[in-house]
Amino acid sequence: MVKPSSLIREKARSPQKVIGRSQALLVVGLALCLLVLFICLMTSITFGAAEIHPNTVFAALTAFDGSAEHLIIQTVRVPRSLIALMVGATSAVAGTILQGLTRNPLASPDVLGINSGASFAMVVVLSLLGSVSAPVYVGCAFLGAGLTTIAVYMLGSLGRSGMTPLKLVLAGSALTYLLSSLTTSILILDQETLDEIRFWLAGSVAGRDVSLFLQVLPCMVVGLLMAFAMGKPLTTLALGEDVATGLGLKTGWVKVTAIVVVVLLAGSAVAIAGPISFIGLIVPHVARFLIGTDYRWLLPYSACLGGILLLLADIGARLILKPQELPVGIMTSLLGAPFFIYLARSRVKR
Amino acid sequence: MNHWITVRSRQISFRIDRRVPIVLIVLGLISFAIVILSLGQGEYPISPINVLKTLLKLETDNADYDFIIYTLRLPRALIAFLVGVGFAISGAILQGITRNPLAAPDVIGINGGASVVAVSLIVLFPSAPGFVLPIAAFAGALVAAILIYLLAWNGGSSPIRLILIGIGIMALTNAVTSVMLTFGQINSVSQAWIWITGSVYGRSWEHLLPLLPWLIVLIPLALLLSRDLNVLHLGDDVARGVGSRVEWQRIVLLITSVALTGASVATAGTVGFVGLMAPHLARQLVGAGYEGLLPTAALMGGMITVLADLLGRTLFAPTELPCGVITATIGAPYFLYLLYQNRHQ
Repeated sequence: MVKPSSLIREKARSPQKVIGRSQALLVVGLALCLLVLFICLMTSITFGAAEIHPNTVFAALTAFDGSAEHLIIQTVRVPRSLIALMVGATSAVAGTILQGLTRNPLASPDVLGINSGASFAMVVVLSLLGSVSAPVYVGCAFLGAGLTTIAVYMLGSLGRSGMTPLKLVLAGSALTYLLSSLTTSILILDQETLDEIRFWLAGSVAGRDVSLFLQVLPCMVVGLLMAFAMGKPLTTLALGEDVATGLGLKTGWVKVTAIVVVVLLAGSAVAIAGPISFIGLIVPHVARFLIGTDYRWLLPYSACLGGILLLLADIGARLILKPQELPVGIMTSLLGAPFFIYLARSRVKR
Repeated sequence: MNHWITVRSRQISFRIDRRVPIVLIVLGLISFAIVILSLGQGEYPISPINVLKTLLKLETDNADYDFIIYTLRLPRALIAFLVGVGFAISGAILQGITRNPLAAPDVIGINGGASVVAVSLIVLFPSAPGFVLPIAAFAGALVAAILIYLLAWNGGSSPIRLILIGIGIMALTNAVTSVMLTFGQINSVSQAWIWITGSVYGRSWEHLLPLLPWLIVLIPLALLLSRDLNVLHLGDDVARGVGSRVEWQRIVLLITSVALTGASVATAGTVGFVGLMAPHLARQLVGAGYEGLLPTAALMGGMITVLADLLGRTLFAPTELPCGVITATIGAPYFLYLLYQNRHQ
């Protein structure tokens, strides 16, 4: 017969065991995600208009000899793939934070109009000042993203019922309509700006300015690190405002910091790649399905999965209609819009 | 004092708000004035008096006026007006059957369906004759509407889900439209591009003719159905209680609304938010009875679109802004205002 005390001890120990095992699982899972991410990155570098043998690709990365093929790899494919990776990761993390912060399954930088705010600000500054230096350009993206976020937040929380998912999404789509029609007006009135920016507006990671990418990269990295550091307070906040306050969390500060991070991430993503939609909507749901609601893990997973998804979408955009290419923003919309409809059907109660 | 005007005959009887005739006359006069003003504006300005004279076929001091007005400007102004009428009635019907103040053909994605099919037609079959375009756009709009209805249906169609689904459908149709624009021949693409921003630029009589039969059939039909709309607006249970065939009426009304949208989109592209704004402005003028609301909204819609076209042509002349851009710039804040008004729901 088993002694009662040992039974109790057994019971007491088992939850800890479960947590320990699942944490090991989470680490392994993350490593697996990183591996897949790396494979996608390599695939993205290997496939393209010019057929280049994987061995040559490897040689181009390790022993650059200046041949045409090596040049293609180093100046076209690698930047493109890295941009896709970073833009996917930042959009996904921004979406995850927004969905947690607003407790709204439909929130993401594009649905709430943040992307269109950044685009509008950049089109305005390009049209007013002609060509501007990269920091100004990126600063405008941040400014536009920030102002739109504040506006959507305020419009979405009007009224007695406070912030409901529907109001937030409606406010976001109304702002998107407004800003995109203003953007269209500027582009029609100012042909020069149009030529400069048309490709960018379609949302694409191809042929981007590498020096711009290098300037934005620090913002993205800082934003991602800040996001990862916020895992714990975000998890607490997700329990509900009252509970979080009761547990001693300064919810106001957490929210403000989270919004700053979102603006940093979404703004820099738009600055490089233009408005690429729905990555920030899809990925958080996939990540939450895989690992639950612990933001300490959710955020790194989202970053990985976002990178994977955008790389895959970009590869698809190159291969589906070879030799022509689709802007990757269209690919993500084709994937994301049905997902949005599915969420609207299943997750929105009223 | 009696607040209503009642008309009874053996076949048909209806009653309208006392304000309706006056409002209709005033709106009609304003619309007419704007059309006259719009006809006079352009690279070659013509004074309103001469515009009137030309329209009435009276002698003017310049023989070119006849050509400029009848061939170039009149069809454009008429198309702008009629398209606005179509969108406005369509929006009013949609708001009635969904009992949702924020519903409009563009907000819930019906325009998107029409655009996709019409752009595909322009890009893939550039030689298709003109009358096919409205039919194709109608088919696209109908498929989109059915899709939205089915997807939003979940043991009863909820107004909120309807709008969310509409936003999703819009995103999807926009993506497909972009694919079409990316791959078409450059000529047909630039044609489709002008069209898609909601423009009446370069419209002539040949564009007006395919639109007319649709409006001639559908507008009287909508007016006939306004009684049913009044009843439906009270709620499905009440409507069923007073003996309405609710589902049947809803389907007929939905098809009317979709057909009006399809024909309008086929002619001028997506002139956004007219279908949202016009019914609301009309309701503020004449109240909620649909017998009076539909014609008032129709005139209001036409007026808004002609005014938007006039503004688009004159604000930044010689560059032209499509009237769709103007209506969206005014309409989106109006949408936000409506959102603010309904904030407690």
